[in-house]
Amino acid sequence: MRIPMATFDHPFLPNAGEAIRKMMLEAIGVASIEELYSDIPVQVRTNRSLKVDWLPSEQEVKSHVDRVLGENKSASDMPIFLGAGIYNHYLPAAVKSILSRTEFQTSYTPYQAEISQGLLQSLFEFQSMIADLTQMDAVNSSLYDGSTALGEAARMACRATGRKKILVPHGMHPSKFSVLENYTEPVGIRLETFLFDKETGGLDSTDLQSKVDRDTAAVYCEVPSFFGVLDPEVTNVPSISHQKGALSIVGFDPVSLGGLKPPGEYGADVVIAEGQSISTEMNFGGPALGMIGCRGKNLIRQLPGRLIGMTTTLDGRERAFSMVLQTREQHIRRERATSNICTNEALFAIGAAAYLSLLGPQGLRELFESILVKTNYAIKMLGEIPGVMAPRFASQHYQEFAVSFKGAKGTLARLNKSLLSHGVHGGKSLVKDFPELGETALFCVTEVHSTESIDRLRLLIEKLREA
Amino acid sequence: MFHQAKWNEPLIIERSGNGKRGHTPARPSDIERKIVGADAWNGVPKALLRNGPPPLPEVSEPEVVRHYTRLSQENFAVDLGIYPLGSCTMKYNPKVSEAIAQNPKLEKIHPEQDESTVQGILALMHRLDQFLAEITGMSRMSLQPVAGAAGEYLGALIMRAYHRSKGELGERREMIIPDSAHGTNPASAAMAGFNVVVVPSNDDGMVDLGALRKVVGPRTAGLMITNPNTLGIFEKNVLEIAKIVHDAGGLLYYDGANFNAILGKVRPGDMGFDIVHLNLHKTFATPHGGGGPGAGPVGVRKDLEKFLPVPLVSFDGKKYFFDYDAPDSVGKVTAFHGNIGVLVRAYAYILSLGPDGLKAVAETAVLNTNYVLSKILEQSKFELPFSRKRKHEFVLSAKRINEQTGVRALDIGKRMLDFGLHSPTVYFPQIVDEAMMVEAPETESIRDLDELVEAFLKAAKEAETDPERLRSSPHNTSVGRIDEVKASHPKTLTLKWNNPKTRGQTP
Repeated sequence: MRIPMATFDHPFLPNAGEAIRKMMLEAIGVASIEELYSDIPVQVRTNRSLKVDWLPSEQEVKSHVDRVLGENKSASDMPIFLGAGIYNHYLPAAVKSILSRTEFQTSYTPYQAEISQGLLQSLFEFQSMIADLTQMDAVNSSLYDGSTALGEAARMACRATGRKKILVPHGMHPSKFSVLENYTEPVGIRLETFLFDKETGGLDSTDLQSKVDRDTAAVYCEVPSFFGVLDPEVTNVPSISHQKGALSIVGFDPVSLGGLKPPGEYGADVVIAEGQSISTEMNFGGPALGMIGCRGKNLIRQLPGRLIGMTTTLDGRERAFSMVLQTREQHIRRERATSNICTNEALFAIGAAAYLSLLGPQGLRELFESILVKTNYAIKMLGEIPGVMAPRFASQHYQEFAVSFKGAKGTLARLNKSLLSHGVHGGKSLVKDFPELGETALFCVTEVHSTESIDRLRLLIEKLREA
Repeated sequence: MFHQAKWNEPLIIERSGNGKRGHTPARPSDIERKIVGADAWNGVPKALLRNGPPPLPEVSEPEVVRHYTRLSQENFAVDLGIYPLGSCTMKYNPKVSEAIAQNPKLEKIHPEQDESTVQGILALMHRLDQFLAEITGMSRMSLQPVAGAAGEYLGALIMRAYHRSKGELGERREMIIPDSAHGTNPASAAMAGFNVVVVPSNDDGMVDLGALRKVVGPRTAGLMITNPNTLGIFEKNVLEIAKIVHDAGGLLYYDGANFNAILGKVRPGDMGFDIVHLNLHKTFATPHGGGGPGAGPVGVRKDLEKFLPVPLVSFDGKKYFFDYDAPDSVGKVTAFHGNIGVLVRAYAYILSLGPDGLKAVAETAVLNTNYVLSKILEQSKFELPFSRKRKHEFVLSAKRINEQTGVRALDIGKRMLDFGLHSPTVYFPQIVDEAMMVEAPETESIRDLDELVEAFLKAAKEAETDPERLRSSPHNTSVGRIDEVKASHPKTLTLKWNNPKTRGQTP
């Protein structure tokens, strides 16, 4: 460590030099910087140096962090068959290029619309594209992630219906469920789960129907499900819900809408999604992109977060964009706001707009097909291994599928460890969260998984199980 | 003279046509196709199959890149100029942090990977936890909250867990919040099921202790406060405030929105705060992305650690691991481990500055802001309600100008856009009439500060000489003043909803 100078000369601090400081202090009419802090009680002031590290040059900072991150093994080093909410997709170079525009990256929330048209128009395009893809009337300009989007959707449904119960699948990501609990419990919303069919992995309609009642604000389902199942029964859930006056919330996967029916077409009232797949890299799970959309004016007024609308200049001559319906939001409505959200994930909403524009109708359909074919290929390959049940559920799958392994407790953990030592990262273990499924893992395959990597996974599992 | 770019750029859907495409995704291999055959499409349940291709723009790659590049040019940003937005701390975002984040060893790691394969990022998170705890004077941090408001919400959940553990949650339903607070504070408290009790500011712009004493009691869950507050005034009675709240059995929450003023100078933990959040996208210079991403890590005092979300990153002397052994934890507040990309940038920022640098950040921010304030007060009719002593921000009132000329704070703010800088925050906090909230972060040079002062003075002068020019401003931005009232209708939100002809149809 160097001995600190009287003032700290640093590339980020243009006014730290002694001469400038002196001139500025004179202009203010104080003798020292300390005088500007004289109102802080002496007994609470920090009279020592903070114990944090310092690296004096940019080069050292860069090398240090590179070295620390170098300890990681990434999807560039080994095939990784993990999904469950965060997915490894190929991100087109043009998306990265657009997101690297620092006019987007280093801008603030577009409160001053006239000087922020670029951001506002991009966000409006995002809203429009997702609304078209899902067949919703309105989509907001982003929430934090898929899990908090579900939390907001649940609260929205309860406000709109005046009811206090949300039905969710037992087969959902436990972390997402935990976030949902934190968004609902404090305001007295009850969560109840409905079962999945043990054979098909799809929803157990009898169980669901028995639980939808006049207290139910909404029923939540996912397509594809947490287990990657394409369950046709889900298309009946909106009408089952509506019969009891409840709303239907559908969680979708944005890429899958290249081939799958928009939830709006089968009656969903609110849709939510995790949009990381179409806007940014995995980054250990964040930042992500929460999406929420809905139908009808009543629900729109209950939407959380920022909404961008198309309008004109005051003179009526030009098209222009601005934030709208702000009276729902915390900076105006305070404790009566629809949500506390302020900072969101706007940058990745732009990324998603760019991504969807690049892929277009054909590209998104082809990508869906690619993933569909690869999923089926991987299922076929793994299904041929003796003692391996792939898929675990007798259904069609997209992108993910559960695989069960014959063997005593610990079989899967040992297999995953061995796979890793051979340079392959296996699927997500479901042993702890879904003990009823036994030694089962959730595998994920997208367009980035080569035939070779899937074949290698199969050969390794075969070999390791024989050993 | 500043003039923002203007491209008359149509919507991307308006550029669509003729089967164009901007990207060809990877296709399945021949082997995969052969083995799977046509089964794949046939297997998709009919009820779930989309009829025809999805309704998206058909555009080529160059068209997409030009479209969004043009739009980017119609957008103001920190890389273009000063952003004197009070309470937002829009400082320069160092490029080294960006370079560091573009690393496949970060971008291409999955949150559910085996711990042995992510020792690098876990080590970084563990170190960052220690740095931020030291900087705030707290015991331990959760890096999971992804925004300031998410941090506040977690803080409120921790208060619930704390009072529940003492069997008092049923009674402790009230969250006390000063009238000068950000809207997120009452919104977060209400979301967590608390009733908001507003405590007024006194004539010095600080929490009125008498009023505070009157509202605290057995129903108090806690107090949420920023220090310095949104007026830029340091709550010098903070120890007394802490005592009043603690004596009543409540917890004290520190909103880190204004932390830039006190970095390295005074720590929330030493002021008696029990729970703290930091806005890494403010104080720790990560880019704000047009509204997000951000990160809002939350720190707590020792006895509240057990309530923090799972998992924390711990070190057993040999390896880093996710610690799920926390039976009292509130659970999760986001699906995975937080906005890791943002955390890595903030870590690089701390290393770049070190202890002396971080202190110099706060000192220079306060110096810059006071310089701007002195110059404006000296030479204009703007007034400064409450005491003169300000830290990193101040709130001017344009009331006198408004009374004399009819020009409003809004008009002055809009006119400032014409000078190539962003407007200050206007009409907040609500306790100041015709409020203009100004923050001049440490990254602004003396020349930038002088330009900012000049912009205020010019606008104030114009209010007298040419008020119409102000009222019709801005003139040099991509578009003129916008009709926000017309926009405030659900039908403006998407193109489809906007245009009844295409509603329910694919374009």
